Amino acid sequence: MTPPPPIAMLAELTHRCPLSCPYCSNPLDLARIDLELDTGTWTRVFQEAADLGVLQLHLSGGEPASRRDLVDLVRAARDAGLYTNLITSGIGLSQRRLQELDAAGLDHVQLSLQGTDAEMADEIGGYRGGFDRKMQVARWIGEIGFPLTLNAVLHRRNLHQLPRALEMAQEMGARRIEVATVQFHGWAMKNRDALMPTREQAAEATRIVGEARAALKGTLVIDYVPADYHGDYPKRCMGGWGTTGLNVAPDGQVLPCHAAQTIPQLTFENVQDRPLGEIWRESAAFNAYRGTDWMQEPCSSCERKTVDFGGCRCQAMALAGDPAATDPVCVKSPHHGALQARAQGHAAQEGATLTYRDAPPKKAAEPAE
Amino acid sequence: MIEPGDIPALPRGVRLHFDRVRDTWVLLAPERAITLDAVGHAILSEVDGARSFAQITADLARKYDAPAEEIAKDSAGFLGALRDRRFLDVTQ
Repeated sequence: MTPPPPIAMLAELTHRCPLSCPYCSNPLDLARIDLELDTGTWTRVFQEAADLGVLQLHLSGGEPASRRDLVDLVRAARDAGLYTNLITSGIGLSQRRLQELDAAGLDHVQLSLQGTDAEMADEIGGYRGGFDRKMQVARWIGEIGFPLTLNAVLHRRNLHQLPRALEMAQEMGARRIEVATVQFHGWAMKNRDALMPTREQAAEATRIVGEARAALKGTLVIDYVPADYHGDYPKRCMGGWGTTGLNVAPDGQVLPCHAAQTIPQLTFENVQDRPLGEIWRESAAFNAYRGTDWMQEPCSSCERKTVDFGGCRCQAMALAGDPAATDPVCVKSPHHGALQARAQGHAAQEGATLTYRDAPPKKAAEPAE
Repeated sequence: MIEPGDIPALPRGVRLHFDRVRDTWVLLAPERAITLDAVGHAILSEVDGARSFAQITADLARKYDAPAEEIAKDSAGFLGALRDRRFLDVTQ
């Protein structure tokens, strides 16, 4: 059966980033700088994406502004007919560069927020001066008039700043805020002791979001990603594996989600070897968890199986050791009780320190003499 | 509710787009794509940031030879939902 075409593509232009957030969703094995796709290849991939049916392109990273050809890439994406969204920390964007992005047709900016003050934000981002710079970039974004989404990433250290983040979004003129509780993949897995919210924090965030949604209706749209280790049902990850979106890594590997490389059973194809549409339709990695035939119990007889598709495959791998298992967040998973106990254990590690993400390697390691 | 004198407009970053792969009109907005049926597309095609809601529904009624009250009722619900999601600006 031919899968429906994807709606969204996340292009991870680079894994380079001035920040080193301890919850970075990039893989632990970061893509080498000298293997990043060049401008011409990305341009071809954007056209192939549009031909395949992609409507929304998210330019991300790492920090996409670390690419010197960012303006050219935005122009190429718009020429291909894609709605082009820049997902950025703001670091690396000058006023002039933003004006060039405007002229190139950039549709929307999503600006990340590591904290609501310099002390918190610069500690979490591991980059001194980053917060002040970000606030300057936010003012330029407002002056140019780009539609703005603020993306507040929250965890045990900064969840108390959620009310202020909602105010800041309004002050910046954002139409939308993503209140994203850290999802534990990639580098965040190394920081569960430092970042896991308490159950009480997770419940308080849900309450605050509910009230703010009612109070700010028509002013600020709030998208909310709750703390799922404390939930009872898993998230519908990626809208369903291989149904809605795809990721292209900096070196051209095509992934069903940004954490898919943590599933050792899967092999991935590369846009340098094969057209994007063929990879979407035929690649074994995309077909591995499409539909419901791959499911085990309790998923295969569950009435929610086409609601959440058994949750997150990468989380099933990480927590249950089997990527085809029920996501342990689910109350029906045999691992659910143990997961909740572990979540509480992580959340109680008060003195835990942050492990920052690394920089990607420039070249392959020299062979030993 | 949208009042007859209100002037709807698509804000920057929200635009109509013909999806040639799926052979349908869509409304593209920040991190969202909304599939439009023929009625939704007809309404949004009239939204130009200049004409009022009353003028738009009157024009649609003439164009499609349908009762203006019915069109106004359908359009108000559709446009109101877009406004709530910040996909539509409304000025008075």
